[in-house]
Parts: sequence; structure tokens; C-alpha cells
Amino acid sequence: MMPDLGAYAVEVVSAYAVSLLLLGGLVALSLARWRKVKRQLEEVERRDG
Amino acid sequence: MRAMSIWEYANPKRFIATTSPLIPWVLGLSLALIGTALVWGFFFTPDDFRQGSTVKIIYLHVPSAMMAINAWIMMLVASLIWLVRRHHVSALAARAAAPVGIVMTLIALFTGAVWGQPMWGTWWVWDPRLTSFLILFLFYLGYVALWEAIEDPDTAADLTSVLCIVGSVFAVLSRYAVLFWNQGLHQGATFSLDAETNIDPVFWWPAVISMAGFVGLFVALVLVRTQTEIRARRMKALLARARRAGAGEARA
Repeated sequence: MMPDLGAYAVEVVSAYAVSLLLLGGLVALSLARWRKVKRQLEEVERRDG
Repeated sequence: MRAMSIWEYANPKRFIATTSPLIPWVLGLSLALIGTALVWGFFFTPDDFRQGSTVKIIYLHVPSAMMAINAWIMMLVASLIWLVRRHHVSALAARAAAPVGIVMTLIALFTGAVWGQPMWGTWWVWDPRLTSFLILFLFYLGYVALWEAIEDPDTAADLTSVLCIVGSVFAVLSRYAVLFWNQGLHQGATFSLDAETNIDPVFWWPAVISMAGFVGLFVALVLVRTQTEIRARRMKALLARARRAGAGEARA
């Protein structure tokens, strides 16, 4: 259930939405690049012997 | 058994081996803390008698502003270690922290503007704290751009370290501008050790849990991103060596 945010609902909800989007994007991109670079390095090291 | 020096973690392999088991725990705990604090703050705390429901924005604004400044301070320490001791991991840790600091600064600026509009009657004002915070944000962008612009990693680490030292002035100003100048709109510190005199416990607890979560998230992301930078650097070195070997064989 949504709390009654009164006259400031747009401000409060947009603050939460934008912040969570930015934090979620940062975590997702950091983890995705972490996995990608790790996989690529393993491949290069295998090729390298 | 020989005691381990902190400098042994400057070895990239040891750094990765030591931090890998920590990352899932720190990341999981920090996300749990942030989730708990935001659900608690958003759904289960009352409105403030002056600010109304906009008081709920502090659970995002205060921790993100705190980490925007602390991230730069961490980058400063890592940059100084690089300049003095030439440990590559410290330079890469500083580089890894910058995008996290950018996001923290963006969140602080956005939530501050969204809170300021109904409370101050304006999205933005050239107040000392806000202005120094905006300059800190521009320093973050310049720092990342400088890393990307310079091919040689050691030269890039040197120059970005100097930029980081210069930018630290604005990190300190962002924190203490309210004390230096009294003409600004931004109020003084909301949080201090004498919690009762500054903020009601009903708002204090979720805010402190959120701050702890943001600190944990910063640590986890810096560890993840530093590992990525270490691996990317090693991969670049291996590929360059393979290219040189290939060119040598072609000449022979």
C-alpha cells in the first residue's frame, strides 16, 4: 500500500525512482563488465598458454 | 607466523584472491541494508511537521552526498599512495571509484533539487555548498575523461592523481562550506553523534541504516571495479605482448 505523500508525491516518488534507477544501473553495469573482462582474460590466458 | 603487511595487498593477484570471497557478502549486506532503510523510510515513517513527506528524501540525499565526498577522499588517499609508492592497484582503485562517485553526486544533486523546489521555492541556488558540490561533480567528469584520454596508464595515473589533489579542495568545501560562509540556503549537518539534538529518532534510524548501506555498496563496487581494472590492464599487456611476438615472427 502506497503511503499518503500529500502535495509532494511527485517530488518524493521521482527522487526514489531516479535514485534507484541510477544505483541499479551502476550495480548492473559494474557486475556485467566484471564478468565480461574476467571471461575475456581467461580466454587470452588460455590462448597464451 | 609472519604478520602480513598492508602493502602485500598491492600485489594484484593477492588483491583479487583476498577480495573475491568478500564481494558477495559486502554487496549482499549493503543492498539488504539499503532496501531495509528505504522501505522503512518510505512506508513506515511519518511526515515532518514542516517538510511534510519530502522528509523521506533524506534517506537518499544524505547518504549519497556523504559518499560523493568520501569517494573523492578515498580517491585522494589512493592517488597519494600511487604517487609515493607506485602501487598500480592503488591507482586502479582510484580510477574504479570515480564512476561510483559520479553516480553518488548525481543522486545527491537530483534529490537535493527535488527537495529544494517545494521547501526553498527553487530547484537550484548558487549557495556555497551547492556550488562547490557542482564543481566537485565537474571534477569527477574531468577525472574520468583524463583517464580515458591518455594512452599510457602510468602517465594517466600520474596526471589524474594531481587532478584529484586539486579537486580535493572542492570535496572539503562541499562538506564544510556551510561553516565557512553563512549566506547560503543549505542548512548545517543534520547528522552528528549527538543525534537527539539534530533529528528525531523516528527519522534517524532509517537514515543511519541507509548511510551504512551506501558505505557498504561503495566498498563492494570499488572492489568489483578495481578487480575489473586489474584484469583489463593484464589483458591489455598480454595482447600487446602477443602482437609484438607476432610482428617479430613475421620479420624473421
